[in-house]
Amino acid sequence: MGEEVKLFRSWSSPFALRIVWALEIKGIEYEAVFEDLSNKSPLLLQYNPVHKKVPILVHNGRPIAESFVILEYIDETWKQVPLLPEDPYERAMARFWAKFCDDKVLTSIWSAFIKQGKEQEEALVAAAENLKFLEKEMKGKKFFGGERIGYVDIVLGWLANLVSIFEEIVGLKIVDEGKFPLLYSWMQDFAEAPIIRDNCPPRDKMIVKFQALLDAAIASSSSSSK
Amino acid sequence: MAGNGDGVTLLGYWASPYALRVKWALKLKEVHYEYMEEHLPDKSPMLLQYNPVYKKIPVIVHKGKPLAESLVIIEYIDEVWKHNPLLPQDPYHRAKARFWAKFADEKCVPAMFRAFSKVGEEQVQAAKELRENLKILESALEGKQYFGGESIGFLDIVVGWIGCWARMTEEVAGVNMIDADMIPLLSLWFQKFLELPIIKECLPPQDKLLAHTKEFHKMLTMAALT
Repeated sequence: MGEEVKLFRSWSSPFALRIVWALEIKGIEYEAVFEDLSNKSPLLLQYNPVHKKVPILVHNGRPIAESFVILEYIDETWKQVPLLPEDPYERAMARFWAKFCDDKVLTSIWSAFIKQGKEQEEALVAAAENLKFLEKEMKGKKFFGGERIGYVDIVLGWLANLVSIFEEIVGLKIVDEGKFPLLYSWMQDFAEAPIIRDNCPPRDKMIVKFQALLDAAIASSSSSSK
Repeated sequence: MAGNGDGVTLLGYWASPYALRVKWALKLKEVHYEYMEEHLPDKSPMLLQYNPVYKKIPVIVHKGKPLAESLVIIEYIDEVWKHNPLLPQDPYHRAKARFWAKFADEKCVPAMFRAFSKVGEEQVQAAKELRENLKILESALEGKQYFGGESIGFLDIVVGWIGCWARMTEEVAGVNMIDADMIPLLSLWFQKFLELPIIKECLPPQDKLLAHTKEFHKMLTMAALT
């Protein structure tokens, strides 16, 4: 059949990790190409000239960039273990929640981690409001996809491993088990799923990386006048 | 209004380009719908009930089930009403269409808004960024008549409104956005697209839109100056 699937990724990119999870869940054979993002390869620049980022999926020589776009491509091309629901309304709702996760949840939690003072306080409030919507959406399901991991779980999956890292570094609770019991237990179930557990970047390395990012952000905000 | 024989209601706002692109999708699919105008900035209880997350239009309600986010809505429409397909059939071409839709919404539109709402150097930089990103978007035409090929498709209706709004904001904000020398193919496409009867008849009245844009601009730039 001659299927050639390559995934351009970095060791830590949570966006590339979504694609790793999708490919593994579907049992698709692929070659991982690890990029050093401080020194991007000519191939990366050739395959994603617009954004120059990972992840990039290259299928039989044809490149696709942007994690949501790649996830949908994978689901449409390899039909086993579907990630998106069959029903058009449920599919639309999955897309809606995925967008909400990136546009609102990710941005507010990132701000809660990287900002200081008043900006951080405001970000924490926004994050809690956003998480409330997700908590409600769980509606007693095990995963957002139902009985098994689906599209929204994969998109939100960074929450399951990154949030505890953020919380450890800044010493703040972002996802409180008492306030968000369903989400909290989702985070455990997701992180413990074999495919996820076996495909996560090393925690100690992640702590070093994000601590360095935070230190740099603090240094630049105190040295510049606002 | 043609009544809602297909069980579709669209909550919109006359000056919203996001509601407009949903109208275009419904029109191309010949879907009968009931239109309900929101009198923004006041939001009806119905809107707040149907879109509690963002509290924004457009929202469609199909057989009692609400959906928000214009791109999510357009894909839903494409999946439920299968004639006159908006997205291509082939997964790779679908991926390209989705990639460019995301690029337009995330890179072109915010730059256009900043070029419209800011003053001084910020405005100059934003307009430059917009022109450069429109140049990149032009490459997605790949020498075709429309983004959809011989006839309009998903990407045409996602991006087409920019041509109309850019001309208006150029006049009001006094900044060049559509540089015909820089983007000859895209300029031509904007013109052709906006002249298509099915597209033109959904456009808001241009004099009303101009007046509305002037008001909005005054409000935004006064805020920028204080």
